[in-house]
Formats: sequence, structure tokens, C-alpha cells
Amino acid sequence: MFAYVVRRLFNVVITLLVVTMVTFGVFFLVPKLTGSDPALLYVGKTADAAALDGIRTKLGLDDPIYVQYGKFLQGLVVGRDYDAGPDTTHCAAPCFGYSFKTDQEVWPYLIDRLPVTLSLALGAAILWVIGGVGAGVISALRKGRAADRIVMTTALAGVSLPIYFTGLVSAAIFCYWLGWLPPPGYVDFAVNPLEWATNLLLPWITLAFLFAATYARLTRANMLETLSEDYIRTARAKGLRERDVVGKHGLRSGLTPLITVFGLDLGSLLGGAILTETTFNLRGLGEATLTSIRQNDLPIILGVTLFAAFFIVIANLVVDLLYAAVDPRVRLS
Amino acid sequence: MTTSVPVTELGPADLSPPKSFLEVRDLRVQFATDDGIVKSVDGVSFGLERGKTLGIVGESGSGKSVTSLAILGLHRTRSNAKVSGEIWLDGEELIKADNERVRRLRGRKMSMIFQDPLSAMHPYFTIGQQIVEAYRIHHGGSKKAAKQKAIDMLARVGIPQPSRRVDDYPHQFSGGMRQRAMIAMSLINNPELLIADEPTTALDVTVQAQILDLIRDLQEEFGSAVIMITHDLGVVAELADDILVMYGGKAIERGPAEAVFRTPEHPYTWGLLGSMPRLDREVRDRLNPIKGTPPSLINLPSGCSFHPRCPYAGRNGDRSFTERPELTGTTHAVACHMPPELRREIFIQEVSPNL
Amino acid sequence: MSTPLLEVTGLQKHFPITAGLLRRQVAAVRAVDGIDLTVNKGETLGLVGESGCGKSTAGRLITRILEPTGGTVTFDGQDITHIKRGPLRDLRRDVQMIFQDPYSSLNPRHTVGTIVSAPLQIQKIPTPQGLKKAVQELLELVGLNPEHYNRYPHEFSGGQRQRIGIARALALKPKMIVADEPVSALDVSIQAQVVNLLDDLQRELDLTYLFIAHDLSVVRHISDRVAVMYLGKVVEVAPRDDLYAHPRHPYTVALMSAVPVPDPSRRDKAQRERVLLTGDVPSPIDPPSGCRFRTRCWKAQDVCASEQPPLTVLADGHQVACHFPVSDEEQHAAGSGRSAAAAQARDKIATVVADPE
Repeated sequence: MFAYVVRRLFNVVITLLVVTMVTFGVFFLVPKLTGSDPALLYVGKTADAAALDGIRTKLGLDDPIYVQYGKFLQGLVVGRDYDAGPDTTHCAAPCFGYSFKTDQEVWPYLIDRLPVTLSLALGAAILWVIGGVGAGVISALRKGRAADRIVMTTALAGVSLPIYFTGLVSAAIFCYWLGWLPPPGYVDFAVNPLEWATNLLLPWITLAFLFAATYARLTRANMLETLSEDYIRTARAKGLRERDVVGKHGLRSGLTPLITVFGLDLGSLLGGAILTETTFNLRGLGEATLTSIRQNDLPIILGVTLFAAFFIVIANLVVDLLYAAVDPRVRLS
Repeated sequence: MTTSVPVTELGPADLSPPKSFLEVRDLRVQFATDDGIVKSVDGVSFGLERGKTLGIVGESGSGKSVTSLAILGLHRTRSNAKVSGEIWLDGEELIKADNERVRRLRGRKMSMIFQDPLSAMHPYFTIGQQIVEAYRIHHGGSKKAAKQKAIDMLARVGIPQPSRRVDDYPHQFSGGMRQRAMIAMSLINNPELLIADEPTTALDVTVQAQILDLIRDLQEEFGSAVIMITHDLGVVAELADDILVMYGGKAIERGPAEAVFRTPEHPYTWGLLGSMPRLDREVRDRLNPIKGTPPSLINLPSGCSFHPRCPYAGRNGDRSFTERPELTGTTHAVACHMPPELRREIFIQEVSPNL
Repeated sequence: MSTPLLEVTGLQKHFPITAGLLRRQVAAVRAVDGIDLTVNKGETLGLVGESGCGKSTAGRLITRILEPTGGTVTFDGQDITHIKRGPLRDLRRDVQMIFQDPYSSLNPRHTVGTIVSAPLQIQKIPTPQGLKKAVQELLELVGLNPEHYNRYPHEFSGGQRQRIGIARALALKPKMIVADEPVSALDVSIQAQVVNLLDDLQRELDLTYLFIAHDLSVVRHISDRVAVMYLGKVVEVAPRDDLYAHPRHPYTVALMSAVPVPDPSRRDKAQRERVLLTGDVPSPIDPPSGCRFRTRCWKAQDVCASEQPPLTVLADGHQVACHFPVSDEEQHAAGSGRSAAAAQARDKIATVVADPE
């Protein structure tokens, strides 16, 4: 088991390294090959020649690609200095680069936005797991009856409706028409936990509705399969109460496959929920992604990409470890 | 030996009290499916005393497993199942009993061993946890005491180092050891009725011999009534006092094991015996299979369900094709339109020499 | 009659097991560990043994679905142990396989016509009468309705599906068929139909069979000679009647006595004479030293642990790998079948039980 964990951690490091290589290649090499000037991409079209030269030196854009990559890695691990003669900008580790467009370091900029995305993703995740799994289990137990049909129809709506539709419509109804909720926004948890929650409630529900729909369908399918397993029949033959048959024997194996899906969903959401964040005007990682793409702000695009990759890889690792914890066949083999 | 209840005296309208420990009367189990109604069990009756073994023999789709699940009331959780008839266990009728009552009997007074112990045990719980659960649901008490009981029972069914193996998961056991653990689990509450559904089909022949030996020993020790469900005539011959042969959801022959094996009277039973190569006979040049395939339970053939495969169907005029034969006879009962004398004659003259 | 079509010597298949950080090979599952077999033209060799003994792996090595780790396989005079793709395709014309599970070995999205004609098309065999006609003839040969050419596997019963598998195997007019548990998934009445069909086909088409199965009664019915495997080794080979009447290897004796007799009147006798083996088959990763059966054998002595018994020919023609083959006297001691062996076995078991594992 120990060897397994170590091997997995080793895999994580390798994967992340490959991700940096690919991202680096795409963002630094591709512009070069297509003839556009990376320095220009960095500062924007309005910069004059002197500024461009300064940037070029500062970024070492004239160095060979492997030197650039080396420096980039070095920045990630120990930090680096952008040296352009008299003025030196120090970028502490982990240095994700420096955005000249907004004149700030990428790392603090992203870290600043992380709590928004974290709050949104985790809050929504709790809601959709409870809602989706609950609805799915009810649906499986009432297969073919009214409850099942209602859940599955709602789920179909949830999967099909885009988030900017459900988001805007519900904001219009609950915030502006009925006035039950404050307009969505972000208040730091440490400042006012209650406002943090009420302000995020609508984004949570909207985002959770989308995912809960998928989870309800998945849970229903998994539970139906599990409940037809031989060991469920054995549990009944032992004389267990139906709630133990379903709650103890059924749920545990019925929900195990959901771990994978949940890990990946949460992992990718932590990299930024672009649609939800923009719909509700939340300044999180997703919103940062969109803005940086609009402004062609390469260092930030690179930064959010690495962030997203990091979360997904870590989520994958956690999923595998959870599997081993839940399923003795994985753990003991 | 004559433990069987004369079936002719029984029927749906029969109100006489049960005479046997287990008495099944006119059991019918139907499943509503998209393709139509599946008549899995279609009017089966039999009786069984404590300490005796009934072998139910049949091929896939004959209704033998569905019958056993009906006794345990395990069709109750399936919304598309319809069960009718009467099942009397120790003087108590089970089909009309409420769910909670049947649940309390399940695993305690009547328990079951399933075919494939790997899929029949939960992969995420240890053998010990699963046995402890089976004990405590009916007896309560501390987990520690229950675990000690589980260890004792594992030792009784021949698992070496039970106090260590009790904490293993099912996949860490070999096939034979898993089936022993399954048996330990079903016997933990000392049930009076034990149903074994193809308990050795997934096992190798030397392991099968061990398990059959174990079941025989345990039955002697605990005095339970045993229903042994199998497609293997060799296995029933080893264990059963009485035999019930099922075909297409119906009982077509029932009687003491000796009689059914020595003087079988139903053409289907003849066919089964003829299909089977036997180590205790000279090698035959060819086997004598039954022609055709088992019937669909949605569209059962008219009259006698076996008539499309029966070489003697034409001997009864139209009756085989139009009229369903009833299981008639007292000790040795047969559902066939041919008169008993003719059946015996055909068996002695035509069938027996080729077995 | 006794021209060898297939000869196997020292055949081995080891599946590596890896572990640790660097996934180095730490051990191997010795599924088949040095077996010698000969199958003569026109005969049926039965290969019996319990699950995990390596009989299916042996079948897959002989048909070259798997590549052997060691030893040689010679088919029709040609060494096929390590042949490459091209010659392997030629080999497929001569050696075909029938599988156990008629449900999973047929592609559910293909019609019977496509399934049965596939080998003809892959091998580009000319069919003068037309592909469809050729397939229909094959279907008729195995007792299926040729008009069912366009149906899908799920429209057939288990027995009929197994017939489709047989028709596919026969399409290339092979010399030899390796049948791996071809009837064990079928109901008894259907089993007999398929066994009879295999018998008829052998006679009509002059086929050679390697019939792999765990069911001793079926193997006895269909085979001319029988080989018994235990834990990756062949422990006994003999003509069918000899083997069943006079088993020499203690494992064969135990195996045969374990088969339930479908005769309730002989129940007590059968139980008395039964040699009950205790415990489980040891792991093929770390098999016992010397004779592999010694850990469960009532005749085992010190030499059995130190020396591996080779497969040798006894005076009566049996090939047996045992230091102390069971004699006729032992079998018929006290005039009642195998009771002497059974009594010996029981004594041995008593000591084994007293000393768990």
C-alpha cells in the first residue's frame, strides 16, 4: 500500500511536469512558430519598440527555449528575478510569471481569487452530492413510480438547461422580483459568514442543480445495478431490515463509482467555474480565465491553466486513494 | 422414507392443516415483464419433514430457484412479482404473513446458501462482519460475543485458523473456503430449514465432495430440513431423501430418491438420465439427449409443456397437446398422460436398457 | 492411427507478477510448468483437472493464442512454439478453438452469417459455391437451420449458440479442434446434444480433438485417451478405459472418487470409498517442492518432497508422475473398490486436521 501511494505521488509530479512542458510549449513556442511576437502578446499591441525590447530581455525571450523553460521551472520552485538592467523585479516562489498588462505578479493575483472559486465549488459540491445522490437513491427505490418519474424529468431539465439561463432566470425571480435573496456577490467568509452564505446561495443552487441532475441519474443507475447484485439478495436472506439492506450494503457499493466522477468534477471546478462565475459576476479563477483570454494576457492564462491542471491531478490522486480506502480488493491487491 | 405429502389431497381450496414441517401448496410465482407474464412457478406443491432432504432438480428456467426464493419471501421486494398459493412453515402460513414477520424468520428459522459465494458475499465487508451481522440482527448482543460465535462456526465448517481468517475479505478466500464461510453464515442462527441453491455448481469436484460431506454432517448435527436445489442428478443422489423434478415451472415427478432414480416414470426424467454420461456405467456409444430446447416461460406450450420434446406425446390422442397433466400418485407422483402401467412398461423395455 | 499430429514437450507458461516501486518482477504464476503431451491423428485426448490446474492455459498455448515461456509445440511436424504472424495465420486453418461461453464468444452485433463466414474471409478461402451457400452448408452440418443465416446470436438458445461457435471453428476445415469446456455452460439435456454432435463431426470430418473439461463423466464419454493435470503438471496419461478402471496417480484416484454417483442406492458405498482431499490446491506462484500433490497426498513420503517424479511409463502402459503409484491391490483391497485408499486417506486427513495448514 505504501509503495502504491509513493508510486502515485511520483506519478503526480511527473504529470505536473508534463503539463508545465506542454503549456509552456504552447504559450511560448506556438506564437513564435506562427510569426507573432510573444513579447507583443505579453504587453499588448500599444507598446513601443523600446518597451518591447525591455520585455524581451526581462523575460529572456531571446534565450533558447530550453533555457527559458529551465528558468520558468526555477521560478516555480525557488522564485526568479526579472532583470532588465537597472530595474529588477523579484518574483518569489512559486513564480507563475508576471503580468505586464495588469502590472502584477500572477501568483498573488490568482491566490487572491482562489477563495471565491473554492467557496463556490465546495458549497455547490455539498449541495449537489446531497441533492443528487438523495434524489437518485429515491428514484432507484421507487423505480417506475411517480417519484422516479418526477426526479428523472427534473434531472433531464437540469442537464439540458444551460447555467446562464437557470442562473439569470433564478436571479431575476429570487433577487429582483421576490427580493428573497441579495444580489449574488462575494463577501469574505472571515468578514461575515452569514452574508458569505446568503450571497453565494443562488450561485450554489444554480451550479449544484446542473451537477445534481447528472448525479441523480448516475446514482439511480448504480443503485439499480447494485440492488440486483447477489450479495444484496444475501443481505435480505439474512433477515436484514430493508433500510439496512439499502443503507448499509447497497449505498456503499452503489456510490463507489461516483467517487471518480465527483473527484474529477470538483477538480475541474476548482480550476474555475467560468460560466457560473461570469453569470453571477463572481471574481474567481474562472472569471480570471475569461478576462485574461479576452485581454490576451499570456502569463495569467498560463497561470490558470497550471492551477486547473494541478487541481485535476490532485483530485485524481485523492480519488484513487479513496477507492483503495473503500474497496478492500483494491487495497489488498 | 415416505415423507412426501400426497399431493392429490392438496389444492388451493384445501383447508386442512399442514401435516409436514414445511408444506408448499399450489405455489405460483409470476413476473410481469415488457414481453408478457413470465410464469416461473406454476402450481407446485410438496412437503418436507425436519431432518430430511428434498432435492429439487431441473434445468435453467425450470423454476427451481424461484421456488426457493419464494419460500424465503425474497420476491416481496420485487414490485413486478406476484406470488400465490400457501407456504406453511412449522404451522405458520408465510405468503399472507406481513413483511416484518417473514423478515424475522429469514436467516433465523429458514436460511439459504447461494450458488456463487464470491458474488453472494459483500466485497467490502469482512467474512466476520457479515456473519456477525447475520447473528446480531436476530439475537442482538455485543459484537464481541457475536464475533466469537462467528469464529466458532467458521471452525465448525472446517476453516483453518478461524480467529485470523474471520477478519479476511471474501476475495481473500478460495472458492471452497468461501462456500464454507457462506454455510457458516447461514447456519449461525441454527435454522430449522436450510435451502441450498446449487451450492456446489461453482466448485471443483473434489471441493464439491468436501462441501456435500459438510452439509450432510451439519444436517445430522443440527437436524434441519434441507432443500437442495441443483441441476446435477449426481448431487441429489448423494443427499436427497425425496426428489422433485421440475420442468417449465411445474413439478413433473416427485417421490423418494430411490424410486425416482430406479424407476423414473416421466419421459423428461428419462431424458435427463439418458443425457448424462455416468462413471458407474459402461461407456455408451452415444448419449440419448432430449430433442429441442426448454420452453419459453412466457409462451408455454399448450397441454403438457413437455410435449414438443416428448417422444411419447402422440400416444395419448390429443390429450398431451390440449390438457395439462396433473401430478398424480401418492408416494411416487408423476404428471403424465400415459397410464402408469404403460409408463412402467416403456421404461423397462425401451429406456432402462439405454441408461 | 497412432501418428502424432500434435506433440508438446516441456511446455511452460509463466505469467510474471510485478511489485514494488519499480514494478520489478518478483515472482511468476507458473500456470503451465513443463508438460508433455501427444495427440494422435483422429483421436480425442481429454485433458481434465480442476480450476487453476493450467488446462485452459495449455489449450491456449497449443493454439498459440498465448506464446509459451518454454518448451516446444510441434504440429504436423512443424515447430509452432514461436512462429510469427504469417505462419500463425496458416496454423489457424489447421487448428481451431471452441470456447466455453457461447454468450461472450460471439459478437452480438454480427449476424450468424457474418460470424461463421469471418474465418473464410480473413483467410481468403475461395468458396466456389458462394460464401452464403458455404455458410449455410456449415450451419446445416452442425444442425442449425440454414435459413437462420441472417439472425443475431441473442435470438438463439445456449446450445444453438454453441453450435454456431462450432460451425465457425469448422469453416476452415481444420485438422484439429481444441475445445475448452465446450459444454459446461449448457444444461444437461443440451449438453448431450452437443457432445453427440462433436462425436458425429469427428467421424464425418476425420477431426482430432483436444477436449479440455473439468467434468470427468463427459471426458470419459468423448475421449480415447485422457490426461490429468494438477497444478501446472500432467500427473497421469492413459487410454480412457484403463485410466477410469485403474487410476494410478493418487490425485486421479481422489478426483474420480469425488464424482457423485447418480444412484442413491450406492450412496453409502460411494461415501465410504470416497477419498476426501483436505484443504485447497497450493498456489501456482510457489508450488510445493518435489511432487506438487504431496501436500494433500496420503501416500507421500520424504522422497516426494525432495524429488520431482517424472512422467514415466508403467508396465501397463499408463504414464504416471508419481513415486508410489496406486496398485490394483490397493484399489481392490478388502474387496471393496477404493476403500483401502479411502481408509489410508482418512488416517492421513486426521493428522492434517490436527495440524491446521
